[in-house]
Amino acid sequence: LFTSRMEFAELIKTPRVDGVVLHRPFLPTVEGTLCLTGHHLILSSRQDNTEELWLLHANIDAIEKRHVAIGYCDLPKTIFIGSLGTIIVKCKDLRIIQLDIPGMEECLNIANSIEALSTLDSISLMYPFFYRPMFEVIEDGWNLFSPEEAFKELESMTDEWRLSEVNKDFSICPSYPVLVTVPKDIDDDSLCKAATFRHGGRFPVLSYYHKKNGMVIMRASQPLTGTSGRRCKEDEKLINATLRAGKRGYIIDTRTIAVAQQAKARGGGFEQEANYPQWRRIHKAIERTNILQESLIKIVEACNDHSNSMDRWLSKLEASNWQSQVKEILTTACLAAQCIDREGASVLVHGTEGTDSTLQVTSLAQIILEPACRTVRGFQGLVEREWLQAGHPFQHRCAQSAYSNEKLRSEAPVFLLFLDCVWQILRQFPCSFQFNEHFLVMLFEHTYASQFGTFLGTTAAERVKLKLSQKTVSLWSWVNRPQELERFLNPLYEPNSLVIWPSVAPQSLLLWEGVFLRWNRSTKCLDEAYEEMVHIIEYNKELQLKVNSLRRQLAELETEDALPQTP
Amino acid sequence: MEPSVRPVAAGAELVVVVRENGVAEAAGFPKPKPVDAAVDAAGVPDNNRWMRQEWVEQVKLLDRFNNKTTTGTLYLTATHLIFVESNVPGAHEIWILHHHIASVEKLSLTTSGCPLLIQCRNFRVVHFVVPRERDCHDVYSSLLRLLRPVSYDELYAFSYNPKQNEQQREVGWQLIDLTAEFERLGLPCDQWQLSDVNRDYKVCETYPRDLYVPITASKPIIVGSSKFRSKGRFPVLTYFYQEKKAAVCRCSQPLSGFSARCLEDEHMLQAISKANHNSRFVYVMDTRPKLNALANRAAGKGYENEDNYSNIRFQFVGIENIHVMRASLQKLLEVVGTRSLSVNDYLLGLESSGWLRHIKAIVDAAIFLTKAVTVEGASVLVHCSDGWDRTAQVCALGALLMDPYYRTLKGFMVLIEKDWISFGHKFADRCDQLDGDPREVSPVFTQFLDCVWQLMEQFPQAFEFSEWFLIQLHEHVHSCQFGNFLGNSQRQREELQLKDRTYSLWAHLLSEQHNYLNPVYSPSFAERHPVLEPSTQPWNFKFWRNMYHQFDRTMHPRQSILKHTLTLKESNSKLEDTAHTLQAKLQTLGVSTSPLELHSWSREHRLPPRPQSLILGAPLSRKEAQQEEEVLGEEALEDAPDGNGGERTVEGSSATENGYGELQSSFGSKNEPAMVSLEFGVARMTC
Repeated sequence: LFTSRMEFAELIKTPRVDGVVLHRPFLPTVEGTLCLTGHHLILSSRQDNTEELWLLHANIDAIEKRHVAIGYCDLPKTIFIGSLGTIIVKCKDLRIIQLDIPGMEECLNIANSIEALSTLDSISLMYPFFYRPMFEVIEDGWNLFSPEEAFKELESMTDEWRLSEVNKDFSICPSYPVLVTVPKDIDDDSLCKAATFRHGGRFPVLSYYHKKNGMVIMRASQPLTGTSGRRCKEDEKLINATLRAGKRGYIIDTRTIAVAQQAKARGGGFEQEANYPQWRRIHKAIERTNILQESLIKIVEACNDHSNSMDRWLSKLEASNWQSQVKEILTTACLAAQCIDREGASVLVHGTEGTDSTLQVTSLAQIILEPACRTVRGFQGLVEREWLQAGHPFQHRCAQSAYSNEKLRSEAPVFLLFLDCVWQILRQFPCSFQFNEHFLVMLFEHTYASQFGTFLGTTAAERVKLKLSQKTVSLWSWVNRPQELERFLNPLYEPNSLVIWPSVAPQSLLLWEGVFLRWNRSTKCLDEAYEEMVHIIEYNKELQLKVNSLRRQLAELETEDALPQTP
Repeated sequence: MEPSVRPVAAGAELVVVVRENGVAEAAGFPKPKPVDAAVDAAGVPDNNRWMRQEWVEQVKLLDRFNNKTTTGTLYLTATHLIFVESNVPGAHEIWILHHHIASVEKLSLTTSGCPLLIQCRNFRVVHFVVPRERDCHDVYSSLLRLLRPVSYDELYAFSYNPKQNEQQREVGWQLIDLTAEFERLGLPCDQWQLSDVNRDYKVCETYPRDLYVPITASKPIIVGSSKFRSKGRFPVLTYFYQEKKAAVCRCSQPLSGFSARCLEDEHMLQAISKANHNSRFVYVMDTRPKLNALANRAAGKGYENEDNYSNIRFQFVGIENIHVMRASLQKLLEVVGTRSLSVNDYLLGLESSGWLRHIKAIVDAAIFLTKAVTVEGASVLVHCSDGWDRTAQVCALGALLMDPYYRTLKGFMVLIEKDWISFGHKFADRCDQLDGDPREVSPVFTQFLDCVWQLMEQFPQAFEFSEWFLIQLHEHVHSCQFGNFLGNSQRQREELQLKDRTYSLWAHLLSEQHNYLNPVYSPSFAERHPVLEPSTQPWNFKFWRNMYHQFDRTMHPRQSILKHTLTLKESNSKLEDTAHTLQAKLQTLGVSTSPLELHSWSREHRLPPRPQSLILGAPLSRKEAQQEEEVLGEEALEDAPDGNGGERTVEGSSATENGYGELQSSFGSKNEPAMVSLEFGVARMTC
């Protein structure tokens, strides 16, 4: 810890500058003192009631420096009185702020420090390892969602599945957790063999069990058929073991048939009908990660364009393809859910690696099918099971956001797209979710930069190695505190036990303004209207209580009156 | 066999000709609805009285966005085309008013029958397939005759009878009083007077009788000015911003040609300018694109030359003409009516239709007007060509931004009565009420409603009414069921004796205003924001799905926040009453309470949603709403649910309707992978 502090100190040439002015859209400017620490950029004004800005360096996606000379013209000569540097800070949560810093040298120093501190590569230097919560952890989020618990629940419904420890040292599949749920009749040896036939060892495992009819969603990665059409008996047996007698299933390949064909040349491929006669394969067209990142960059660019032309806005929105990605992902998830609930057929979902589009589809299908996933706890469990334990590489996907000038590695808004899809469903079923939009936006923020360790690392194995559960605080420990949770609850929520089928027509899909226009508009009027709605709902509850208690009172009086007459 | 004639049950709307077996009773003709559908048979013009074909069985209704079909019976009445789903308890019914039908197309024969495509002005599109070609042709030709009324007398309003007596009718027509409105604005005052120059519609026949002009504008000036303006529409006041004594005036274009001038007209503008001491000049807003105004000069019309008018500031604001707007909406509807529309085609279509660009242009113009008046305190004269389309849009929208009163339910009626009806927006022509020139038809008023909706989206607490009110207004501008919007001018309305022969929509809407209230409306918001300052960033302008897809149920959110909140708010006031009653009772101890009361309010609270409403909970045209309440009544009985209120149906949420995939269960052994084509969320598997 000490050495790392030293490292930070070396990077901070100017730790403090006075007279810095902060500009933010729709908010008053703040003048104050700028301080740099190892993990934060802090601006505090000396006035009392003004909030301080605390910005995690990890949240900074890109910065721009500008230099303005200040002087006045006293003809015939210009008198130079100083220079003012301006830093534009572009954040991963898509916010853009401007800092005016007096003094060129200070400005450059600050800019350089921010640049260095925001691009530190070492995970162990990340803020979550330094963060000490100011609250008492009552319920440790790290222990909230254990596979054993989930399996117990499954066991209460069916005995067709077992919990396997085949991956206990992460050697069979580095991106799987220790415990996975597999068909009871398939032994660990078969699993090992099936793993060799799947990309990254991601053999088919249980993702979701549909109580209503016993159908399941399985997920895996692509089979390694290659150009020679390799097959694997154990893989076939494993998949078929998930089908009940006489039943057939669907394999949803998230890639187009063309992409899947091309994958053969690199050793991948897809299930041949001949070898999987009980399965019918459907190809969808969810884009690969690099395309998704491009989409993100373009849509953010469109939303920051203030040229005020309708045509330009619509054409940029179209060119970004973002809404198309949302539609495709949502449609695929609906299709999976439809197979399960309407067709009574089990589903196996995979793309290439099985860590991105696959998870979007399996997790969204569960939102549609399973009411429990629409509660706060249930949704946390879903994120834990289908994203964190399932090996979505958050660390890589969220290393940079829409503004970064760095060369892209494997950044992609895969999880953000999932959240966007959830938001679309939430908009169409505003009374069916226990959480609100803020909850989804909060998750988006924390995947990109956080004081909590939840989204650090790429796999379960890595998280164990980093000892995250001992060294960092879980996001859930914080979110689930009653005082925090309150902000994330949906006042309109009325639990319903139904499957909810969203519309995926383009006219039904909206731009997620809460993320993309968040910093470009004033939401004062919308917020006030929301508060008024909450007030109406709260007042209704209050009135009902009051009327009920009055009634009771009256009823009691009446019985008292009636008593003397009865004997 | 000779057709037999059978009158339908008492009070019903038509006389039916049964062509074949005469099994009218067996056909299950819907029970006549007591209120709306009740057409006074005597009022039905003769040529509507006999139809060749009144009902056709086994007609298929195709959903335009998915593969859902419904089979039922099609009925044709003097006023409505009705489709009733067969053999289903609580059957789905569709009532289409003939006046709402914009076009009927008979498509080429298919194996399942003869397709009939009907497009309505309220954006309903229905696609029937009639089994027999001959039946289809009968329906088609009957409709063609019915939907092209040639005289006003044929319009529904003249036969519609909501069971009101003469006095109620009269009261209904007196609800909106423009004289009172000008009084509210502080008129007449020391600078503005009521002129009687148009008492007999002599100076301008498309203007109302009562007009407010500057006190310094003498009769010769007015008459002179009117001769220099298209259709005699000289500058008159339409709104007065008391705080700054600034006026919004309207007129038509000057007949200036390339060089003509008119001293009286120049005086007129001078008088308007002088009536406002806050500003040395008056803005003249020509709402047309400059090019259009220039082109008009060749026809002896044009715009004000700043050199001839002292103290004016001239400004073009570039709103396109009625023809561009008509084409734009047509294109928009084409795009959003496409099956299997992709996101990109949707967005490109939105862009190329130009619809949102036009909406933004109108809002931009209204903002300009508002700023000139409220910030600069200057008076503004608004015109376009004839001063009854774009001028009405901009003046009305500007007033809505400036004056919170117009954002109330009643105030909005007043605004429409003033800037649209009385100032002669040609509703008959624009809404195609009579068989007329198709080039005169244009969605000018629809655009205005769209603009208002855009403002509602930005200021959810500013309006007393919700979008359901706007949609209902749109419905009735085209329904010709009430007299308000019939004809092109006040003069014409008087000639038609509408107040004696038809009913007022305003009375009808006010009688069911609880449906149209905005639950989060805040009068204190109006105090804090008397003048609305909307943002005009392009992303604030959105496609109004609830309007243009109001009958496409699969498009809408399946739970409605508006409906939910409105229900709670209604419940709140009832609970308040209950609490007061209980408290009173407790005070006078010993008085027994009715045990029924609890039931009655919890029933209210359980107010079931209306599943057929496309935008959830939106009040439908009364007919359908009524029928739905019946259906729901049954449901509520069957369900008899859980004491905690609220029905647990997530309305219209079904996989098959959304059709993400019509997955065939056939697992053929073909080697080729299944291709999935997506349309409107419909993934279809083809092998």
